[in-house]
Amino acid sequence: MSVNIAARPEARTQRASGPASSRKPKTSLRQRIWRERWAYTFIVPGALFFLVFAYVPMLGNVIAFQQYSPFRGFAGSPFVGFANFTVLFEDPAVLNALENTLIIAVLQLLFAFPAPIALALLLNSLLSDRVKRMVQTVVYLPYFLSWVIVISVWQQVLGGGGLVAGLLDGWGVSGFDAMTNADTFKLLVVAQVVWKDCGWGTIIFFAAIAGIPNDRYEAAAIDGATPWQRTWHITLPALVPVATLLLILNIGSILTVGFEQLLLQQPMVGAEASEVLDTFVYFRGVLGGQWGIATAAGLLKGVIGTILVLAANRFAKRLGGEGIF
Amino acid sequence: MTTITKGRKTIPPWMGPPSVGVRAVKGLVIALIVITMIYPLVYVIAMSFAAPSQARAGVVFPTEFSLDAYRAIFNGGTVTQGLQNSLFITVVGTLLSLAATSMLAWGLVRTRQVPGAKFVLVMILATMFFSAGIIPNFMLVKYLGLLDSTWSLIVPGLISAFNMIVIRNFFQGLPEELIEAARIDGAGEWRIFLRIVLPLSKPVLAVMGLFYAVGYWNTYFNALLYINDSEKWPIQVVLQQYVLAGVQIPGAIVSPDQPPPPGVTLQMAVIVLATVPILVVYPFLQRYFTSGVLTGAIKG
Repeated sequence: MSVNIAARPEARTQRASGPASSRKPKTSLRQRIWRERWAYTFIVPGALFFLVFAYVPMLGNVIAFQQYSPFRGFAGSPFVGFANFTVLFEDPAVLNALENTLIIAVLQLLFAFPAPIALALLLNSLLSDRVKRMVQTVVYLPYFLSWVIVISVWQQVLGGGGLVAGLLDGWGVSGFDAMTNADTFKLLVVAQVVWKDCGWGTIIFFAAIAGIPNDRYEAAAIDGATPWQRTWHITLPALVPVATLLLILNIGSILTVGFEQLLLQQPMVGAEASEVLDTFVYFRGVLGGQWGIATAAGLLKGVIGTILVLAANRFAKRLGGEGIF
Repeated sequence: MTTITKGRKTIPPWMGPPSVGVRAVKGLVIALIVITMIYPLVYVIAMSFAAPSQARAGVVFPTEFSLDAYRAIFNGGTVTQGLQNSLFITVVGTLLSLAATSMLAWGLVRTRQVPGAKFVLVMILATMFFSAGIIPNFMLVKYLGLLDSTWSLIVPGLISAFNMIVIRNFFQGLPEELIEAARIDGAGEWRIFLRIVLPLSKPVLAVMGLFYAVGYWNTYFNALLYINDSEKWPIQVVLQQYVLAGVQIPGAIVSPDQPPPPGVTLQMAVIVLATVPILVVYPFLQRYFTSGVLTGAIKG
């Protein structure tokens, strides 16, 4: 916060209570609240919104410890301790969902995470600003399309009867359908994520690149560094703080892999290949009516995610980097 | 510093001209990326206008065109209804979101002076790192009696913590003297907010408004979760039904004595109709990408 904002209440106190002798105004908490009463007209509605829509639902997680039935409600449903969690660990469907979630998450860390860095470096090396801006316009666009649109478009291009299938048909290869192949589904998921989000992901790296002083490159070039060496020793190290930050956030959401994306494609490839923890919660709870078990799965997922973020943050700090908090 | 001017770009002398081979490889890679990104969309748009004979045969790019698919869709009513629902959610939702978000952001600008503001700010920031989960949120909406109501797609996501922080950052950068002067002249806080703060913040409000609008337009899962009545479905759910779930579009005929347009063109046309609003606002959004409004927020 800037200094002149901090200096403001002094000026107001002076007007209210004559010349102030000390730097710190001697006003009671109640007086300060009364003086700033207008501010609360701005804050209270928004604060209430977050209370109701972010904090109250947290209480709903008691269902995880209940044999919940919608007819009996929160108060009337019997508490069962950790029974729901025990059921979870014995359910092969949970194990399958967890396995799929982790495989997709690891594939995304391997491919979708570095992709924007590579694209940002490539675009940054372009000499023509006009070409750079044109390419940016194109690659940012898919980020704004909904998953329903993205998958519909992919279906029309890579699905059975789509563009690619039609082309291959003409060359004598029939039956191509990348959208319903359960074996390659996880790679397809990652490819879709790269297609949709990779371009947008470059923005934050461009900001980091823009912050590198130009004379560093100049000095390196004068010392005889090749363009590759300049990228490797100047540009990449400058991207490390941002990449670390994103990595920490990614690790926190490792159990949350593209929910809508997988939900939409589950009918095409079947649950065995595409069930992840979030879709499990949705199908078991909202559609299957096993509220307690589904909520337990969701709660466990949330808790593990929070622990992972905190752990990754601490680890990044220990390595000498900057954490996010 | 002396620079060599080449084309529209100035190259500092230490950089040296790039070799032909490197430029060729780069150009090829970039061209491939651009085609991969844009061709699927171009193809879908083109095929939605394809003449029935070509759509049935399947071509890389149609050469004969027809508007039958669109005529049939606008006859049917379901898609039109979906578009109307989405338009309502987007317009009303965006306006309410902007109002609520900017109000809260302005209230939280002076965390030092206002007792409790810092606490509220931290509590809101914390919500960016956890979420209660699908089922508790569903329960809440049910308890509030919003199931099967369009408002269930607006109210629970009214304020985004991230957008609030971005707007607050912008407010913090406003010239302090101007606001102080207005205060000394006796302007009330609401007057200052409406007459000075908001007009000065048009750029950031435009960006955040567009982001909210894109979010509302793209609403899919919440609608699936909260809305059973197909009359109230937003366009994304309608699209999923007709394109991915393969449900026939009811009444999709141009005229009684003509066969209905092929399913493929109908599907493509629905995709296009669901995408067009995004394509329309995109150029406006794009102007702000480089202005640093967003990247500044991510850093701060």
